[in-house]
Amino acid sequence: MCFSSRDEEGVPIEIIQIVGFCLIATFLTIIIKEQKPAFSFLVILFAGATVFLFLIGKIQAVIMMLERLATNANLNMVYVETILKIIGIAYIAEFGAQITRDAGQGSIAAKIELAGKVLILVMAIPILTVLIETIIDFLPN
Amino acid sequence: MPYDVNTIFQIAGIGIVVAMLHTVLKQMGKEDIAHWITLIGFVLVLFIVITLLDDLFQQIRGVFLFQG
Repeated sequence: MCFSSRDEEGVPIEIIQIVGFCLIATFLTIIIKEQKPAFSFLVILFAGATVFLFLIGKIQAVIMMLERLATNANLNMVYVETILKIIGIAYIAEFGAQITRDAGQGSIAAKIELAGKVLILVMAIPILTVLIETIIDFLPN
Repeated sequence: MPYDVNTIFQIAGIGIVVAMLHTVLKQMGKEDIAHWITLIGFVLVLFIVITLLDDLFQQIRGVFLFQG
């Protein structure tokens, strides 16, 4: 059985595939956790990466639609790119934090989330600057 | 790009076999060999997982426009 992201006919089947895959992964994890916890962590990591890889094709379709809308609306592409990068950072940070928390390291997961928040704030600085300047322009002197 | 579900059985299988070998070698009194086998199995599985993780990060970088 293979995941195929370009299958037009089996769209409702995909969720069944994913749920089945995750159930298998959970089962195997429970079996191995007794003997080797490190291997069970790797199984979790592999399952998470596989599901994420499966979903990234779908996310790409949504992102392309957003880009087309932005181009049609004559938006400044720098802002759209910044927002896309922020969404990407959020996805990666969430993935890493969940995997780390599953492995029992809640404090490292909190550090990953903190890093994600700070990096998002840094990337949003140009947008924030433009926003504040616009608001100041509106204010009467 | 299809992703093979059999790989997860492969990882779990390596884990079970390594655990079994570890137990058997421990019973025979060869502790050091048992630890080496655990380490080798772990590196093998880590290689599989890291390959997939690299693929995932490349795809994310492509989709969300991270240049460089």
